[in-house]
Amino acid sequence: MTLSVTRADVEDLLYLEASLLDAWKLDEWLDLFEQGASYWVPPAGSSDDVEPSTTLFYIADDWFRLTERVKRLGKRTAHVEFPKSRCRHMVTNVRLVNGTDEAFYATSNFVTYRTKASVTETYLGHHIYTMAFVDRAIRIRHKISFLDTDDIYDQGKVSIII
Amino acid sequence: MNIPLQNLAEPYVLEDNDRGTFRVNRRAFVDPAVLAQERSKIFDCSWLYLAHESELSKPGDFLTRAVGGRELLFVRDNDGVPRAFYNTCPHRGALVCREKRGKEKLFTCMYHAWTFDLQGKLVQRPEAERYSAAAQDGMHDLVPVAQLDDYRGLYFVNFDPDSADLVTYLAGTTEYIDLTMDHSEVAMEIVQGDQEYGFQANWKLLAENSFDSYHGLPTHATYFDYIMAAGGQLGESLTGLSEPKDLGNGHAVIEYGAPWGRPIAKPVAAWGEEGAKECAAILARLTERFGKERAERIAYNNFNMVIFPNFVINNIMAITLRTFFPDLPDRQRVKAWTLAPVDESEAMRERRLYNFLEFLGPGGFATPDDCEALKLCQQGYSNLAGAGWNDISKGMGQSETISNDEEQMRIFWREWDRRMAAAER
Repeated sequence: MTLSVTRADVEDLLYLEASLLDAWKLDEWLDLFEQGASYWVPPAGSSDDVEPSTTLFYIADDWFRLTERVKRLGKRTAHVEFPKSRCRHMVTNVRLVNGTDEAFYATSNFVTYRTKASVTETYLGHHIYTMAFVDRAIRIRHKISFLDTDDIYDQGKVSIII
Repeated sequence: MNIPLQNLAEPYVLEDNDRGTFRVNRRAFVDPAVLAQERSKIFDCSWLYLAHESELSKPGDFLTRAVGGRELLFVRDNDGVPRAFYNTCPHRGALVCREKRGKEKLFTCMYHAWTFDLQGKLVQRPEAERYSAAAQDGMHDLVPVAQLDDYRGLYFVNFDPDSADLVTYLAGTTEYIDLTMDHSEVAMEIVQGDQEYGFQANWKLLAENSFDSYHGLPTHATYFDYIMAAGGQLGESLTGLSEPKDLGNGHAVIEYGAPWGRPIAKPVAAWGEEGAKECAAILARLTERFGKERAERIAYNNFNMVIFPNFVINNIMAITLRTFFPDLPDRQRVKAWTLAPVDESEAMRERRLYNFLEFLGPGGFATPDDCEALKLCQQGYSNLAGAGWNDISKGMGQSETISNDEEQMRIFWREWDRRMAAAER
């Protein structure tokens, strides 16, 4: 039961993820995930132990819905993201928490800026990732993006991957 | 009628039944003077949704919430009686309670430590002996809102002491509230997780949008793509019913069938055999309680209802309660929740929340596109001086009214216009 990856490896992955999201390369972004992975955005201000089976989230995608979300965001009819917003994902405070190659945890802080029609919205918070190191590659199994604000009055929606 | 439409200050609503047209002056969405009048003629004297009873389950439970431009403190006192106060110290005005929700025996203002019990009574303040007799006799208790009442667990406030009672105000909407609350034999509850968001569009655009089914296919094409991918069938609605209904006092509803699953007793393929079996059992029990016709109505029929002016109950792929309030003519704050039977299975609760998020809320496959549409409308109103009118004529002059028409919005606007035309209060 070993952990072969370092914090630097995780940082590389998270920076790659951020750059793919900034570039709207969502199919490639999805390739960073394991089959069966999930992506959650709990309501703003949630504690880390919140669960989508008992709390109403903003996003609680299983693998099927995550792939559908990516498909949706590729369409002109995803009106909120047409024309595409301009995004910049900042990732900091990366920590490799614990675990083994089979399953380990990483956390980071983030600020994501989204600009559309001359209005810039700021999403800030922290991520908790569950990852695995399989066939010499890190894959994301589960990503939770916690918004560390009281609500999303200023942002209005979570229409991008944050 | 031959009215020059450009630069016309009044009226706001032009209904011409002979020609079958209904138009709304876009100034109603942008003019700060209109918003000021809406505050006094509508929000200051309508029953406004505050909270659901499940949010204050025990004595001492409280929540703070902005309603109708006020900051309110809603608390269940030691006798279990819910009370709504203005959240402001009678001394200098500071918010007495600064937390969103919690449990307290007393509320102490942080400024001069005036302390109030759960009935709002001032029970302690430093150097109390320095106040005159006149200032001792209860004039420094928390001020309750003029009227607080509930219908089947939905609590509303009214800031006008002279307004008619809640049930009279709710009029025909109680039929639909009943259809919703009857989902449970025990009680309904708000599921943890508030959705509070804002966007740059006039509040009336969201009232219209909340029961506008005409926009469904064009605005929400990606949602229907998703439903098809998930194994749903468009058109599989189990009911052909599709009609708007005037519920009185500016309230209206559309009731219709739709292809999505309903986490009461209309299963979809994704729920598997187990989900289908559970839905069948729920339907059987509903039939025992209410008879076949009403049971099937509860199980299969969707409705979108706007309780004038700003409370929405959409009983669709999940139940959403939504209220919204204008901070500015072009800016509103939305609060939304989901309501569920306390006695449903864990599996059904999961299906319900999963279903909700497919369509609804700030991360759903549909709501963000609604907000985008409404923002674009608001931006379009910058052309007011040259292009000044919205059209809400669809379905006028037809032999039957259907929910894909716009009669439900005309009902809203007629009441809005009636209120705004009334003399200054």
